[in-house]
Amino acid sequence: MGTFHQGKHALHGITVVVGTAGDELYVGRCDDVDERLVVLLDVAVHRPEDGEASAWLERAARFGVWPEHRRLAIDRQRVTSIRPLGEISP
Amino acid sequence: MYSPLLVKPMRDELTGIGFRELTTAEEVDQWMAEKEGTALLVINSVCGCAAGMARPGVRLALEHPARPQRLATVFAGQDAEATARARGYFADIPPSSPSMALFKDGELVYFVPRHRIEGRDAEAVAQDLRAAFDQYCA
Repeated sequence: MGTFHQGKHALHGITVVVGTAGDELYVGRCDDVDERLVVLLDVAVHRPEDGEASAWLERAARFGVWPEHRRLAIDRQRVTSIRPLGEISP
Repeated sequence: MYSPLLVKPMRDELTGIGFRELTTAEEVDQWMAEKEGTALLVINSVCGCAAGMARPGVRLALEHPARPQRLATVFAGQDAEATARARGYFADIPPSSPSMALFKDGELVYFVPRHRIEGRDAEAVAQDLRAAFDQYCA
């Protein structure tokens, strides 16, 4: 998993889905994960008011996402799950 | 931009197995204008996270009896004009590289985005492609 860049988390370089306690879902390329932050690049966000998360995620799994943020750091305490987008069947 | 010397072996991995390299918008348009039959377009990339498995995956997949009739490639981050023009043919799909687009009679029928290559081995990438080739190229 990942490209094993020195000093980076094993998910570095992998497109991941980050679930949060706030119900936002983030899809982006993982730059790093540490005890404080999950840092993503080229990130799209799904918020509860955007509609069905499952449909959004299914389309993301099939085709990818249109990035809204070049770089985004998410407070690790808000993060409930991190998994590769490629593991989700489109 | 990476040195052409660094990139050349990555280009050669695909041209060496029969891919035509498209480096200008005109070349892309000419290639796309031929609509009949099946065609695979690979958006090549330097990215070690995925491209290192994409190219061998494509090579393995093309050993399958069912395979696209025409093969072409553009190189993201190197041949910007050709890559942008190629992506224009599937403009509703978010750009990613490496990625692969399979066309049948000019219509996009199957797409492999970067995240379906990342973290997988070449055989897994090839398996997905073979399944698509069986469905659309047999």
